[in-house]
Amino acid sequence: MSDTLPISIDVNGETVESLVAPRITLADFLRQELELTGTHLGCEMGVCGACLVLLDGKPVHACLMFAVQADGCAVETVEGLTRRGVIADLQKAFHERNALQCGFCTPGMLISAHGMLSERRTLSREEIRDALSGNYCRCTGYEAIVDAIESTARSRTTKAAEEA
Amino acid sequence: MKARAFHYVRPQSLEEALRVFAEADGDAVYIAGGQSLVPAMALRLQAPQLIIDIGRLPELHGLTADVNHLRIGATTRHVEILASDLVRRHAPLLVEAAAHVAHPAIRNRGTFAGSLAFADPAAEFPAVALALDAEIEIASLDGTRRVAAEDFFLDLYETALQPGEIIVAVHVSVALPGARSAFDELARRRGDYAIVGLGVNGLFEDGVVRRMRLAFLSVGPTAVRARTAEELLVGRRLDAGAIREAQEALDADLSPMNDEQTPAGMRLHLARVLLGRLLGRLTR
Repeated sequence: MSDTLPISIDVNGETVESLVAPRITLADFLRQELELTGTHLGCEMGVCGACLVLLDGKPVHACLMFAVQADGCAVETVEGLTRRGVIADLQKAFHERNALQCGFCTPGMLISAHGMLSERRTLSREEIRDALSGNYCRCTGYEAIVDAIESTARSRTTKAAEEA
Repeated sequence: MKARAFHYVRPQSLEEALRVFAEADGDAVYIAGGQSLVPAMALRLQAPQLIIDIGRLPELHGLTADVNHLRIGATTRHVEILASDLVRRHAPLLVEAAAHVAHPAIRNRGTFAGSLAFADPAAEFPAVALALDAEIEIASLDGTRRVAAEDFFLDLYETALQPGEIIVAVHVSVALPGARSAFDELARRRGDYAIVGLGVNGLFEDGVVRRMRLAFLSVGPTAVRARTAEELLVGRRLDAGAIREAQEALDADLSPMNDEQTPAGMRLHLARVLLGRLLGRLTR
């Protein structure tokens, strides 16, 4: 069963056309074919959240879909978000608050945080914790991560109010 | 781990999907959201020869309502249920339950009917389907049929779906004036499988219960209604005495199993606690 299928995916704003075997997950496709290794693979069963990417703008597990299923969709990885500069403040807050140690979970954390920050303007700590419930961090104990997201939400709200 | 190799097709119509399955000689699986199937394949619990992707079929998608019924297209995603004003107005129990399904990223991909077809006893939507007296519309090459939720869930991961059949939509009656509902579950962490969960759907007239549905999850091989407790509440007000009697009646309705983390007695106790909380919430 060596058949491959043609796919066309918009990855970080560029159209990527490729032939993939159906069994290749989106995560493996991004990492191995496109060498976008910012998307990390931990559990490969949708539990740890290290592999989150944006699919048509929404966080999804890249390990829980096959690349063929993403045909015709837009995928954005942590590299794409970084290059666009849209999470620069969030990344700075993670840095300042030491919201990472080994960094393995960080790409997934950033995608989750970006997802929740895009959806709502104000976030309580409880809402942040709930939205992060599918992201495992084995180093920090989460407190600093919640701090970083909370402070980003707050400074974005302040900035939006000043601009209004 | 990685899934075993398989063939993949994405049919353009429901008819085509049904035909492709029929020609596959039994070793095919439909995929829509894939949030349970893909991990099962990664763990090699499932290793089908052929995956038929029905996730983009327009005839399976979308939310509509008429005067009497809400129609939930099979591939409607959990996140769409959470965000839908239509569902919030006509079946608020669904919205309340959807917030408990896994984590946000799973809710962005997982589908409503996928959860019913998988029939995980710890899943929220099968219990909600029971609580709402939902009807499940199923397509096969012979046409469509409807199955009541109470006849749909047969056993652990086992439903009334025959090989090759596809859920098209789920129909629920719109909430009547006097309807009140509540959902909650007890889990060790948010998003974890519930130790016990409950959907309550009651119809009241002048404070008196006219109809009551109590559907539990995680207390047996399928989601299950607590019929003794339901019947006991009909015709009564939800005062402390009625709630206590309903809690006691769960002994007759539920027979949870022992497992490594949760003894049966503890699960039954927690079911009583949850029932007390949710019935109390309906009176406020």
